[in-house]
Amino acid sequence: MSEATLLEVVRDIVEKAAPGEQVEAYASHSVDTDVKVFEGRVEEMAVAESGGVGVRVVVDGRLGYAWVGSLEPDLVAGVLDEARDNARFAAPDEWNDLPTGDDARAVPVADLDLWRDDLAAVPVTDKVALALSLEQTAAGLDPRVRGVESAHYGDAAMESAVASSLGVEAASRRTVTSCSVSALAGEGDGTRTGYGFSVGRTLADLDPETAARDAVERSTRLLGATPVASRRLPVVFDPLVTRSILGILGSALNGEAMTKGRTMFLGRDGEEVAAAHVTLVDDPTDPRAYGAAPYDAEGLPTRRNALITDGVLRGFLHNTSTGRRAGVGTTGSAVRGGYASKPGVGARALALTPGARSPEDILRIAGDGFYVQSVSGLHSGTNPVSGDFSLGAEGLLIRGGELADPVREVTIASTVPRMLLDVVEVGSDLTWLPGAAVGLTLLVGEMALSGA
Amino acid sequence: MIAPEIVERTLAVALSRGGDFAEVFAEDRASVSARLDDGRVEELATGRSRGAGIRVVRGETTGFAHTADLSERGLAAAAEAAAAASTESGAAAQVAALPDAPRGPEGSGVAILPETVSKDAKVALLQRADVAARERSGAIRQVSAAYADGRRRILVANSDGAFAEDDQVRTRFMVTAVAEGDTGLHTGTEAPGRTLGFEIFDEIDPEEVARIAADRALTLLSARPAPSGRLPVVLKRGAGGVLFHEACGHGLEADLVRRDASVFRGRVGERVASPLVTVVDDGSYGREWGTFAIDDEGTPARRNVLIEDGVLTDYMWDLVRARAAGRPSSGNGRRETYRHLPMVRMTNTYLLPGAATPDDIIGDTEYGLYCVALGGGQVNTATGDFVFGVTEAYLIEDGQITEPVRAAQLIGNGSDALRLVDAVGDDFDTWAGTCGKEGQGVPVSSGQPTLRVAELTVGGTAS
Repeated sequence: MSEATLLEVVRDIVEKAAPGEQVEAYASHSVDTDVKVFEGRVEEMAVAESGGVGVRVVVDGRLGYAWVGSLEPDLVAGVLDEARDNARFAAPDEWNDLPTGDDARAVPVADLDLWRDDLAAVPVTDKVALALSLEQTAAGLDPRVRGVESAHYGDAAMESAVASSLGVEAASRRTVTSCSVSALAGEGDGTRTGYGFSVGRTLADLDPETAARDAVERSTRLLGATPVASRRLPVVFDPLVTRSILGILGSALNGEAMTKGRTMFLGRDGEEVAAAHVTLVDDPTDPRAYGAAPYDAEGLPTRRNALITDGVLRGFLHNTSTGRRAGVGTTGSAVRGGYASKPGVGARALALTPGARSPEDILRIAGDGFYVQSVSGLHSGTNPVSGDFSLGAEGLLIRGGELADPVREVTIASTVPRMLLDVVEVGSDLTWLPGAAVGLTLLVGEMALSGA
Repeated sequence: MIAPEIVERTLAVALSRGGDFAEVFAEDRASVSARLDDGRVEELATGRSRGAGIRVVRGETTGFAHTADLSERGLAAAAEAAAAASTESGAAAQVAALPDAPRGPEGSGVAILPETVSKDAKVALLQRADVAARERSGAIRQVSAAYADGRRRILVANSDGAFAEDDQVRTRFMVTAVAEGDTGLHTGTEAPGRTLGFEIFDEIDPEEVARIAADRALTLLSARPAPSGRLPVVLKRGAGGVLFHEACGHGLEADLVRRDASVFRGRVGERVASPLVTVVDDGSYGREWGTFAIDDEGTPARRNVLIEDGVLTDYMWDLVRARAAGRPSSGNGRRETYRHLPMVRMTNTYLLPGAATPDDIIGDTEYGLYCVALGGGQVNTATGDFVFGVTEAYLIEDGQITEPVRAAQLIGNGSDALRLVDAVGDDFDTWAGTCGKEGQGVPVSSGQPTLRVAELTVGGTAS
């Protein structure tokens, strides 16, 4: 499957648009390899190719969507008619109109090199060898590690194309590779787990050594963890946790949530919503970001969007529909969960602008506090409308500026607005991670810890 | 879906480079979803996917490939790829002769296939829910309602001679209401689902679903921040089953036990819970969200007792883990789609009723939290540590349910929670949800009577 072929698939569909009808077709294709090893042997090896098509039709403001999880011509042939039929049942909405060719030309397209030809040439045996060495390294680094729960290598070569009857046409492709490992330290009820990973665009980008070391350190340093008494204290977020917190912010700064009134930031444009040294940007044009992409899900060029500058809220992320509704236009932030869903809105590379302090400095500044290594219950524990959140957490107490006793089975709670205003330090340790946000160490002045 | 002789030949190709076991899993699924927001039908979407996944097991290694091309040529190519992925050549198992036709239930067993119902009728349900929710109170600012149905036809054949098919139809209705008051905006959701066709609306009234969602949001308007600390927690019937799904269910999955990622490893026959606790997983139970005739490896669904009167009796098994242990599968091999490998998954997981009345359980609680609805949760199976969001809860003071509270998480350890169950009621209800494991989501239900856990950590936001 080549980009030209996917473009042909989507062009064939949009050429059939009837007068008065707007048609957009999206097609994607992916070749994936996944290797899981366990106790020195390959446990699962999957090599898969998949693809599909999603079609959006707008007639008199009525939107219909249909998809098919296949590029087989007999199934693809029926999608346009199905989407047309579905449009009859939706209510008309003046903001449903698709983006135009002018929208697509309004901003230059970032020149991103996200595809590595050599990945296709990497023999499967090298992929297996990497996964096996990852497992072996993690198992051998520390005698307190009693086993490796899972060790995994995965890669994907993904291509997509969008075309519309209004003159949008875009195609792009990218490769990604990753490896991850989960270490088990301690025995029985005292077992602690730790996770490590590495991501890149081809196999040679991966650093399994560091992934293994991270997993081992994160599991062993929690050995003997206990709940601690409830208190209020300064909290330092590990870069991985910061990424998760940024995910909450990304949802709250989403144009869909905004136009529906479902965000804590409603009507706060231009106001101080965070401490003065907080600057938050979503920049999918930065090739270092895992979520980097030249085009958004509607085929429009992506761009750098500043959301919070020096603590002041500058705006929200938008796709064509929410951008028009809000009167500000698209920010090139349409995303989609694949061909099975129509474009929504979302961040791709959300990052705080790093500060001057190293993680060690930040621990010293915190003095006595709580270092959060991982959080759980993000989805269930966060109210994007009120901003209240309460998360399960594990990590280490900070005593005298150093990491001390391990802690588990506690929750940390605050509200997002209060936390943003209470950001004391933004770390210098920008960490590129999988997902739609970038990590770094963060110090928040005070949060409520609930424990024993 | 595929002729028996083609299935047999595909299995032979899959074992052409050696292997102990080969399987063909074909799936054809169609779905309809409709969504209403702010009084308007925003979108009606339909989807279709079709394909087959082929796996070859050789020793402890599984090779897997899938294809969207169900022709003999497409299947053979996938079988070749799966065979190649399962490593070097060697002795091959014989492909057992398949029956002339797949075994399985006659049809889907549902009264009204959703595909025979007009899109108009589906959309009309959304409008009814919207009106009903708004009629509840002027404080209801926004209502969204969604309808979804899916039909999933599967065919499974393996080199041991299993050849089975199933026609699974599920329908779900969801309402989310947002209420606005002095304390800001608050959200309430209700989302029942069953393994039924359109006749689900004989049991589920869209207006009633809307009222529950609206009332949940309205209750939060007067709720104050939840307290923090270790408290007795009473879980209303149905609401807390998901806690046991997470807190003990996942740890009883044989694949996690095998990886030493379960606190229940090596503990069959031991007391792991309060004697009041009996837990079953039952894929054959009624027409619940996690019900089916055969699992995604062709094993008939059945009732499995996991914990009986507090004693661990068995884990849940899929074919691969069961073969390695020299025992039959328990019918818990499931996968999200043909593009995924099956693994051990729960179906309908229930903590069975006891003898106490719900009133007595609450009356006997001096101070605690009464949870009526839980949101999502997650567990680290290797440690048993879990966390849950509480979406509707009240304080219990002097044996009485008093005021509503908001924004709480329950956090604890599965083993501890099971031991700390100190009262189990004589009522029962279930809850439908999607269970995620290693990136695959499958429909499940959970259920329990009203019960009390003597102590859990409640993480509220009250200062």
